[in-house]
Amino acid sequence: MSGTNGTLLSVRNLSMFFPVRGGFLQGHRGEVRAVDDVSFDIQVGETLGLVGESGCGKTTTGRCILRVVAPTAGELWYHPREGEPVDLARLDTAGLLPWRQEIRMIFQDPFASLNPRLPVLEIVGECLKVNRGLRGSALEDRVAELLGLVGLRPEYMRRYPHAFSGGERQRIGIARALALNPRLVVADEAVSALDVSVRSQTLNLLQDLQNEMQLTYLFISHDLSVVRYVCNRVAVMYVGKLVELADTRSLFLTPQHPYTEALLSSVPKPDPRIRSQRIVLEGDVPDPAQPPSGCHFHPRCRYAVDRCAEETPPLRETAGGHHVACHLADEIELAGIQG
Amino acid sequence: MPAERPSPSADDLLLEVRDLHVHFPLDEGTVRAVAGVDFDVYRNRTLCVVGESGCGKSVSAQSILQLVDRPGRIVQGQIRFHQHDADGGVTVTDLASLRSSSRAMRSIRGRHIGMVFQEPNTSLSPIHTVGNQISEVIQLHLGADEDTARRQGIEMLERVGIARPAQNYDAYTFELSGGMRQRVMIAMALVCSPALLIADEPTTALDVTTQAQIMSLLQELQADFGMGVMLITHDLGVVAEMADDVVVMYLGQVAEYGDVDRIFHAPTHPYTKALLRSIPNLDFDQDIRLDSIRGMVPDPFHRPAGCPFGPRCDEVIEGRCEAENPPAFSLAEGGSVRCLHYEEVTLS
Repeated sequence: MSGTNGTLLSVRNLSMFFPVRGGFLQGHRGEVRAVDDVSFDIQVGETLGLVGESGCGKTTTGRCILRVVAPTAGELWYHPREGEPVDLARLDTAGLLPWRQEIRMIFQDPFASLNPRLPVLEIVGECLKVNRGLRGSALEDRVAELLGLVGLRPEYMRRYPHAFSGGERQRIGIARALALNPRLVVADEAVSALDVSVRSQTLNLLQDLQNEMQLTYLFISHDLSVVRYVCNRVAVMYVGKLVELADTRSLFLTPQHPYTEALLSSVPKPDPRIRSQRIVLEGDVPDPAQPPSGCHFHPRCRYAVDRCAEETPPLRETAGGHHVACHLADEIELAGIQG
Repeated sequence: MPAERPSPSADDLLLEVRDLHVHFPLDEGTVRAVAGVDFDVYRNRTLCVVGESGCGKSVSAQSILQLVDRPGRIVQGQIRFHQHDADGGVTVTDLASLRSSSRAMRSIRGRHIGMVFQEPNTSLSPIHTVGNQISEVIQLHLGADEDTARRQGIEMLERVGIARPAQNYDAYTFELSGGMRQRVMIAMALVCSPALLIADEPTTALDVTTQAQIMSLLQELQADFGMGVMLITHDLGVVAEMADDVVVMYLGQVAEYGDVDRIFHAPTHPYTKALLRSIPNLDFDQDIRLDSIRGMVPDPFHRPAGCPFGPRCDEVIEGRCEAENPPAFSLAEGGSVRCLHYEEVTLS
């Protein structure tokens, strides 16, 4: 599952601000800094996890990469199979067309993401019609092949979404995402709406498909136990900022950011004999329209010193491939998951 | 924690559910959402009901308060609620026989049994202040006047960890974050000091760090008030953290019942074992591939004959599991299991 065959996407200083309007004439009142100066690379063939709590900007980051929204600032360097890297952030709709076939998305809610009035053949086949010009039996053959790939029977292509369970619908969504042989798949909370038994089937399917089709995943999730299972590397976001980025093992075993430590300790462990020593954070995630000064985490951080309220810590590399944005990373010992 | 707590005594029994059946007659057929469920809840203990969507865990909880959505109704069974008064007397009421809108039911619901729902956004009124909603409970059930209700309401908000309780008492619920709203729900459920708290997925809609706050709060409040808690969840991690006793449900039946340590360390029912194998763990010392349960939960109109888990089970006894729906067998180590593999153990 690993393999660093070069970079697929370099995200550089990505920012996405949403204006807050209000009052008479809907004047500009400020902005929500949903994503604030985020940089990371996605390597070919890896699964990069993007984790954080609601409102931390992980979904917006994914939407910027897919260019559903145009980022406020920053660069998105995509490395095609052949030729020079292109900056997706600067392309217009026509320029994006070829790359949109290579970067696809799997959505969270299998009930909202499939059109209830279209049969599976249309749902999965539409992008094949538009982009590949497939018609008639050629289209049906390809859709049947895709359904087989995700473990659904090809006969089901005439059925409508209501005839399927949540797990099967999610498989349809996966088949649709894979129809054009993409290279990068952004999976936004792809298994969060599924039950435990179906979730594990779906995770296994995603891994099998990755091996078969040499896919790269950006796996956006709030569920750390799932992320630990499928990701090679993990990036942690807090209030629009990337606070830690490391390979999965070192992030879970030796976290270097106090927020990551608290996040890991909050995950309930499925063993009553090790009822965890939870670090219960005080207060709530701050409003991204009015983030705290300095390090955004300092008001809830139990290690914070005066400097944390004044200076924003940059993301820096501490050990091989381990990046962290904390002034105290070298001074404090944090607890990870025992294992 | 279960290890430190003595095993439950009959004196602490709060709720006995016996052979509960809840049916939903629909055009397509009858859905047997709850098909013969038994469990007990004790004072000062937490019972977790765990299962996948559609297993009947929420409907079981709703039927205790007679809050099952139409057209669902309790068709069989008893829900015996034990009310302990100050001098040690016990009054037993069968909630299953009460009408939803009856005076008796209304005097128990919210007063002696509190409930916390999953979605704090939809279960609070957006057009009333926090204070309106919490003082209504106090005035209605405890007959307090407005000033007393306000004082008690603010005290309760403070108790559940809401910052600036006096100010937030007059706030609208949309001004609060998800975690704060769930605290308000808990404050409303506990303000009359109920004997039993039913919490249906209280942390599912919340982030992990907020979930940790709410779970700690529930544990603290239970230690203070000594109420019995029935916690419904699909998250085995939450079960491991919170439960004293566990009910594992599958297709409207209790597959397995036992104390939390046994369920996690010596599960008996093939479904419980499969569930535990299919959760991703945070440990690194296991295989990278997840075990999963093959197939999916059958749709409610086509319940399999025999054991409901039979078609997905890896330990099927040929010729028997397809035909017989096993009753609950008692286990020597405590608890019970509905699986023919445990038949030789005495029938409960």
